[in-house]
Amino acid sequence: MRKTLTAPTSTPAPARTRRTWVGVLIGAALVALAAVSLLIGASNDVSVSSLAKGDGDALFLLAASRIPRTVSLVLVGASLGIAGLIMQMLVRNKFVEPSTTGVTEFAVLGMLIALVFWPGMPILPRMAFISLFALAGTWIFLRIIRFVPVRTLVLVPLVGIMLGGVVGAATTFFAYRLDLLQSLGQWSQGSFATVMRGRYEFLWVAVVMVVIAWLAADRFSVIGLGEEFATNLGLDFRRVVAIGMIIVAVITACVLVTAGVLPFLGLVVPNIVSLIIGDNVRRAIPWVAGLGSVFVVACDIIARVVRFPYEIPLSVVVGIVGAGLFLWLLLRRRGRVH
Amino acid sequence: MSTDVRPAVVAAPSAPRPGRVRALWSRPGARILALAVVVAALAVFYLVNDVPGSFLFAAKIRGLTIAAMAVVACAVGVSTVVFHTITQNRILTPSIMGFDAFYGLITTGMVFLFGASGFLQADSVVMWILQTVVMVAFSVALFTWLFAGKRRSIHLMLLVGIVLGTFFRSATEWMQRMLDPLDFQVVTDAMFASLTRPDPALLLFTAALVLAGCAAVVPLVAHLDVLTLGAPAAVGLGVDHRRVVMSLFLVVSVMVAACTALVGPILFFGLIVANLAYSYAGSFRHRWTLPTAVLLGLVCLLGGQIVIEQLLGWSGTLSTVIEFAGGAFFLYLVLRKGAR
Repeated sequence: MRKTLTAPTSTPAPARTRRTWVGVLIGAALVALAAVSLLIGASNDVSVSSLAKGDGDALFLLAASRIPRTVSLVLVGASLGIAGLIMQMLVRNKFVEPSTTGVTEFAVLGMLIALVFWPGMPILPRMAFISLFALAGTWIFLRIIRFVPVRTLVLVPLVGIMLGGVVGAATTFFAYRLDLLQSLGQWSQGSFATVMRGRYEFLWVAVVMVVIAWLAADRFSVIGLGEEFATNLGLDFRRVVAIGMIIVAVITACVLVTAGVLPFLGLVVPNIVSLIIGDNVRRAIPWVAGLGSVFVVACDIIARVVRFPYEIPLSVVVGIVGAGLFLWLLLRRRGRVH
Repeated sequence: MSTDVRPAVVAAPSAPRPGRVRALWSRPGARILALAVVVAALAVFYLVNDVPGSFLFAAKIRGLTIAAMAVVACAVGVSTVVFHTITQNRILTPSIMGFDAFYGLITTGMVFLFGASGFLQADSVVMWILQTVVMVAFSVALFTWLFAGKRRSIHLMLLVGIVLGTFFRSATEWMQRMLDPLDFQVVTDAMFASLTRPDPALLLFTAALVLAGCAAVVPLVAHLDVLTLGAPAAVGLGVDHRRVVMSLFLVVSVMVAACTALVGPILFFGLIVANLAYSYAGSFRHRWTLPTAVLLGLVCLLGGQIVIEQLLGWSGTLSTVIEFAGGAFFLYLVLRKGAR
């Protein structure tokens, strides 16, 4: 079964060397940015010299706050990139990801409902609850898209964003009536300032999802070719789609609970990767994960440095950078987009 | 909505000679007249129903509300129908170009810069002019930038508008995070559309702008009818497509900006009104659809206000209820016809 589904691995030599170089570049950038990320903070205790001297306070701060933060940034970036990639395969459209399909808004609605009816809910059940909402959102979006007769590249995300707008309006309305607007804003913006040991471990659930995505990568490649084609190759189309939906929903919920809404990240990263190495999912997964991590760590550094020692929410920086890159992706094509 | 003015005597569909009432009813002019009668009745009811104290005092305040509704209905109805014609679709509205997000950004930015007290004390007319000018400048800049080079698809342009909207919302949220709760309350009040307490001076300015916009659309009504056929056909019939579309878009921008600055963001209202107008008017000629859309907008606003405020006793939620209905309606449209 697996053998019949693996893609040919022979590629022309120049492309392969370029790929290697870009891979090395991403790896180096991630290591460098992670190091910078570890050394930035409101406390000046953590520095290269103090760590080298074995300063107890510095080591404690590093272990309790800085390392968890940087690790969670890496995990969030990687898993969101993968969620976007899987979503693009499921919908067969390059411009979809949780925030352009209404999935994020459904998850935020779930978060609000959890907040109202069970304020002290522990994180794991809350994440499961939000995942269910995100799953419902994914399912509804896929149903709606089926009814859209002309599925141009641009129209699908347009419909998805409108769906998200409707759900978002409902959420805002309830939050406004219940006087929860400001807390909703803070919840959905998330903040890594509070990420400490014991708060970020849930992100490993997202990592499990990434691993599943990697194992099933070739199946998603085939899904991207359409239902008839996949069925002809002996795939259970519906089951693979269901697995993909679960992966997207769980990742969306995990990231929302720990980091808030990070718009367009899952859209921009896979698109840039596919510009570099093409559209083979299994080959793209490590790249998407690496580049997503670089993206988030870099944005977080910007968010922490711009108004030092105060922080801008990460979602704002990601929103601005992501929107800019998305606009570039949209407008770099010549003439009409189909 | 229109059922209450339908004649009770309706000939069977198989009748060989329809009655005179039906013949009359098939004419768009008669339908508009009937709609106008409904609007007048609703307005009178709104003025005289359930007056607690002095009638004159209440009538003054309610008269202002009705005037604001008329201005909003005019701006939203005309701008949405024109926008639909320009963009050759029936589902997306000018607000989706990021107008509401941009409005939020400007409002929050002003509170952020001057503080709540400064925002509330500043000359409201100056504020409004500033908001309108910035918003029109933004939309025209966007339009020229996207249409300056090669012709791009209209959907692409709308998606770009939406992405810009996300961009603005990010910046707005960040600024809101920096506000203290009191300032935040001022911002949220300003961000939710409110029709019940318009500023008379602002109302006058907005009304003048909207009327000017309507006056600019009137001579272009014939052009609009031709534009419905699509760009190639319009060019073939001798319409300077680019110039007409650009000038119409300028009018739309001015109207939407003025109206948003007056009452806050209204995202889906235009969608409801325009689509109801297409089916109600019984004609696709703009000389009928434009006034029908305006009158239907008034029916929605007045009727909604009467039901929600006077019968249910909720306050200040008309705009959000309209948003709900519009959002659901949008999804229904996509599912039924597809976003052509």
